[in-house]
Amino acid sequence: MTKKNIDHIIELSNELRWQIGDDFHDNLTEGIYADAANIVKDSVHTEKGKKRFRLDSKIDKIVTSKTFGFPIMFLILGVVLWLTIIGANYPSSMLANLLLDTIHPALKSGASSIGMPWWLDGFLIDGVYLAVAWVIAVMLPPMAIFFPLFTLLEDFGYLPRVAFNLDNLFKKSGAHGKQALTMSMGFGCNAAGVVATRIIDSPRERLIAIITNNFSLCNGRWPTQILIATIFIGAVVPSSFSSVAALLSVIGIAVLGMAFMFLTSWALSKTVLKGEVSTFNLELPPYRPPRFWKTLYTSLIDRTLIVLWRAIVFAAPAGAVIWLISNIFIGDVSIAVWLIDSFDGFGWLLGLNGVILLAYIVAIPANEIVIPTILMLTVMATGISGGEGAGVMFELDSMDATTDILKAGGWTLLTAINLMLFSLLHNPCSTTIYTIYKETKSTKWTVVASVLPVILGFIVTFLVAQIWRLF
Amino acid sequence: MDTKAVKSACETCGHFNADGLKKLGIKTDNFDFVVALAGNPNTGKSTVFNALTGLRQHTGNWPGKTVTRAEGGFQYNEQKYKLVDLPGTYSLLSTSTDEEVARDFLLFGRPDVTVIVADANRLERNLNLVLQILEITDKAVLCLNLMDEAKRNNIVIDQRTLARDLGIPVVATSARYNEGVPELIQTISEVANGTIICKPHRIKNVPPNIEKAVKKLSAEIEKEFPGISNSRWIAFRLLEGDSQIIEALKTGELV
Repeated sequence: MTKKNIDHIIELSNELRWQIGDDFHDNLTEGIYADAANIVKDSVHTEKGKKRFRLDSKIDKIVTSKTFGFPIMFLILGVVLWLTIIGANYPSSMLANLLLDTIHPALKSGASSIGMPWWLDGFLIDGVYLAVAWVIAVMLPPMAIFFPLFTLLEDFGYLPRVAFNLDNLFKKSGAHGKQALTMSMGFGCNAAGVVATRIIDSPRERLIAIITNNFSLCNGRWPTQILIATIFIGAVVPSSFSSVAALLSVIGIAVLGMAFMFLTSWALSKTVLKGEVSTFNLELPPYRPPRFWKTLYTSLIDRTLIVLWRAIVFAAPAGAVIWLISNIFIGDVSIAVWLIDSFDGFGWLLGLNGVILLAYIVAIPANEIVIPTILMLTVMATGISGGEGAGVMFELDSMDATTDILKAGGWTLLTAINLMLFSLLHNPCSTTIYTIYKETKSTKWTVVASVLPVILGFIVTFLVAQIWRLF
Repeated sequence: MDTKAVKSACETCGHFNADGLKKLGIKTDNFDFVVALAGNPNTGKSTVFNALTGLRQHTGNWPGKTVTRAEGGFQYNEQKYKLVDLPGTYSLLSTSTDEEVARDFLLFGRPDVTVIVADANRLERNLNLVLQILEITDKAVLCLNLMDEAKRNNIVIDQRTLARDLGIPVVATSARYNEGVPELIQTISEVANGTIICKPHRIKNVPPNIEKAVKKLSAEIEKEFPGISNSRWIAFRLLEGDSQIIEALKTGELV
């Protein structure tokens, strides 16, 4: 392309700009609106009785009201989680039965019948296959329930109402009201939430939204929360209340995450990211009855399977790594045991343990595999029976078995609570970190967004552990 | 006006060659035409996109859901179309990243056809963007979406008058239920192939002193860049002092 000499055009435009004065933009905009009004007058007719608009505004009056707005929000979140917790149980144990109790032994005997060497058999079947199978059994059922429900709410038009309710809180913390939308996206996936911050015009507020998006529990972490809450929190109350207790504690963690989001936004906007809060218009779209079956189909195919696939892609190499570090020995201990032992002291300070910290390092690529990794490592470190050797995730046909393993690993109620807290407050997964870098193009802010949550996690779990041990 | 009025649904049915349509998903190589999907937020652009390409872009009932541009393709009567789903925008005079994506593509991507998706329930407000886009391009189709809701709200739109006033074909759709999508495809192909010639509306209610300045400036632009189709819009932007447009003019990107 050739460079054009357009100086005289620019000069003329500067000159003309002086002549037409400051009102140019307003005049032009008014001109466009006047044209639009003329056109509409001739071609659009509204008949009497606009009933649906009234119904919409009636619903809005309730769901965005000062009294009912928040309770309704928590109620909806509660119902969605409750359906997920209750509904996921049966398919989970069925899948575990199939993948872990039936197929795994079959693969093992198949491997030995063709004379596969022990290390290849262990690496592939006990490492890679078991990690993948575990991820499917644990992740698929809750996701297959949670995502469609979330998508139905989204199609109905509830998300902008959430933004409307939370706007005031975001404004008070010096952030943009649209952050409520990116936060909601984060409840699905933090990387998606970070990309969604593009709807925020001001770079300052966009940065706040990016840094704090990790405080939205993502779909890789919901199953961890639900599982641990069901096993430990559910167990301290009478069994008839256990699912309610589990439910409330998961909601509590999600709400705590939102509290951290507001606090961090506030702290950032008062210190390194100072500035005015920008105003914006948020359109409350009409409620649309979701197309139930279509939504169900697309959210299963697109969201659930894509997220599951991602989990599997990361679980397979992680399974291999776990098997390797458990079977490669330095002196007379394996690398894994050596690492766990060296993390144990620090873990104890945080009310966690070495296994959990190591699991979080192995699971940086994907939060989804934290629980499977913890179980594999615990089995290996404690050497409890049931497994087929070091580093093998063994058959877990029921939640009781999971409980047994964790208790054998020295877990207490404190470990469970702090794991739930740490799952909320730790570094984003590698995909999200990469996305943050792509969106901010700044190493500095990527590091801040990655490290800040871990530091918060250390502080919070440390404090909880110290206070817990006082009593 | 010599604009060819939009055909009624019945007429187009006969012409519409259902066997000629092939959804190509993400295969967009060797396309004959580029089609842009623009419009206000939450008017159903992604739903139209999915209906045309057979893809399943994430859709949702909230403004601002699409923030990046998605691409897909379809084939109709042996011609291949690349479809670009743009983030929703209220105006082309704006600043945020998602709206910039839309604006830049319409300006610099030079699509062969721009499909403007509008919410039939809120046409007047949607026209703000429609009129701005018509200043930039003269190959456009107005897709009047969400007609099912408009019907429930007892809104009646005279499509012929609207098409005549805007100078571009108007197609009524309910993309969620695939209604009107065949007619939309047929119309896109007719505009792309030049069977339908648009004579887009240009903003009229501009104060005389501004109109005079714009005329003077656009005449100068046309002298420097013969054959440019949107000199008036460039003049608007220059008068506003849009540095990005000045830069694009210098490098010749706009021509």
